[in-house]
Amino acid sequence: MKYYDKLIFELSRPGRKGYELPKNEYGIQECSIPAELRREAELDLPEVSELDVVRHYTNLSTKNFGVDTGFYPLGSCTMKYNPKINEEVSAMPQFNNIHPLQSEDSIQGALELYYNLQVALSNIAGFAEFTLNPYAGAHGELTGLMVMRQYHESRGDFKRTKVIIPNSAHGTNPASAMVAGLQVVEVKSKPNGSVDVEDLKPLLDDTIAGIMMTNPNTLGMFEVEIMEIAKLVHEAGGLLYYDGANLNPLLGKVRPGDMGFDIMHINIHKTFSTPHGGGGPGSGPVGVAEKLVDFLPNPRVKKNDEGKFYIDCGKESLGSVSTFFGNFGVMLRAYAYILTLGKENLKNVGPMATLNANYIKECLKDDYLLPIDGVCKHEMVFDGLKDKSTGVTTLNIAKRLLDYGFHAPTIYFPLLFHESMMIEPTETESLETLDEFIEVMHKVAKEARETPDDVKNAPLTTLVRKLDETGAAKNPILNYKTLKANAQ
Amino acid sequence: MSKVLNDVRYADSHEWVKIEGEFAFVGISDYAQHALGNIVYVDMPEVGDEVTQGEEFGAVESVKAASDLISPISGEVVEINEALEDAPELVNEDAYENWIMKVKFTDAAELDNLLDAEAYAKICEE
Repeated sequence: MKYYDKLIFELSRPGRKGYELPKNEYGIQECSIPAELRREAELDLPEVSELDVVRHYTNLSTKNFGVDTGFYPLGSCTMKYNPKINEEVSAMPQFNNIHPLQSEDSIQGALELYYNLQVALSNIAGFAEFTLNPYAGAHGELTGLMVMRQYHESRGDFKRTKVIIPNSAHGTNPASAMVAGLQVVEVKSKPNGSVDVEDLKPLLDDTIAGIMMTNPNTLGMFEVEIMEIAKLVHEAGGLLYYDGANLNPLLGKVRPGDMGFDIMHINIHKTFSTPHGGGGPGSGPVGVAEKLVDFLPNPRVKKNDEGKFYIDCGKESLGSVSTFFGNFGVMLRAYAYILTLGKENLKNVGPMATLNANYIKECLKDDYLLPIDGVCKHEMVFDGLKDKSTGVTTLNIAKRLLDYGFHAPTIYFPLLFHESMMIEPTETESLETLDEFIEVMHKVAKEARETPDDVKNAPLTTLVRKLDETGAAKNPILNYKTLKANAQ
Repeated sequence: MSKVLNDVRYADSHEWVKIEGEFAFVGISDYAQHALGNIVYVDMPEVGDEVTQGEEFGAVESVKAASDLISPISGEVVEINEALEDAPELVNEDAYENWIMKVKFTDAAELDNLLDAEAYAKICEE
């Protein structure tokens, strides 16, 4: 079954089945759905046995690459190990068998955990309050920008419709701003990816709602002028939004709230070790400064003077952004992670992630072009190979890494360089793993010089070889129906 | 080494413009198509749209990235290269043969704001 790559539909044989529906005990003969809304054609489902299903999915699962199978240095994604104790906690029936519509009295434990996580994140990031409602990072960005808008509008200031975003930003930033009904104004970055303060100054007028930044920036470099930027933006009446995607290296060392940020989101699935990368679901809590707490989405979980937890829906809130409380299962895992590490160990996360990244950077800069030298934070960006004479590209290197059992780094982002290769090891990898990766990267660089075709034709050992990326982008086949229609 | 033509002018944002009588043809340079990689979509303006020098008029999307198109000249769009709707990869095949829009331009003096082949080639080398 080594090269198994079938679709479940291809296993289908007429009449084969592995289930028996229970007898209808309720005597419902006719369904109440109006006739014109009912499906007329037969439901096209695969007809397979239980063994077919088990083998199919078990085989497919072994083709997956995850942090549990190998090193996953995907830059900007913080693919740290997700401790199994997180899963143990989230699987507890005491949490699994409750419903958000139960009475407050009957779910005090769950509300307490929810409240405690809000407080823990507020302390870690330096904000007055967090909402845990948003479902993911980009959803958190949208929620945060809605808070920004609500704040200006509540003061009767309707002119502020623009958000400043650096040209090195994560693509979600301008996308979220557009969805929030704000216009994007680009601020240039300096060669090291930092915001160009001189370029920023003339943009700051009374139409600016705020600025979105990540720190460290997308090149993994700390924005040393952040206090100056915060001062300028605040003086112009704007707010500062912190994109929490790069929070990991700051953990326990610096707090975004202390840098002057007013709003931020945290990617729980990055910094707080919960599953992501197709396996999600994610969670994107949003933290705000004191003056913004009343605009946070409903519902909010609060604690009264007697120590009882209750659900509150504020009148000034921007409304709801989720059904009930967001992805509760993800919060259980994050809370387990925070308690497992504790205050002291949490402080080591940022420094260890930074140390690991700098170790890789120093070891690889002989073969790979490092456009921005100096101490980086949790990740670094190479601009492809130093020696590009054989025509081996970043894409080729990424594919070749798959042959050696490593996940590829993030490639062709940020857009500041043509051959960007963004590597983020995280704090959970051992020195041995880092050394293995470094050795393979050197080996690939040597192959690029001596036997470039091996690299250009990579991957050579994977189940599927080089994929037709252009074809996939132009004519995506996203389901079996389309595949079948195309074949006919 | 990317191809740089002598009979067109360039913007530093990597678009080219070629004047034929009262019309200007606009496309992206060979350097730009190479840097973008396989192009999968060209977002073109509509005939009748007004474009302005230095302002966005569309976008190109490749497997690597999406990039805004900045108009090197002002005027009215009189034609778009419809072949690119179904075959955007033509830009990869020949970036100068496959123009993106044809503009009835308003001010020939705007050409002075653009780069000649020699100056543009220098930018590409950097």
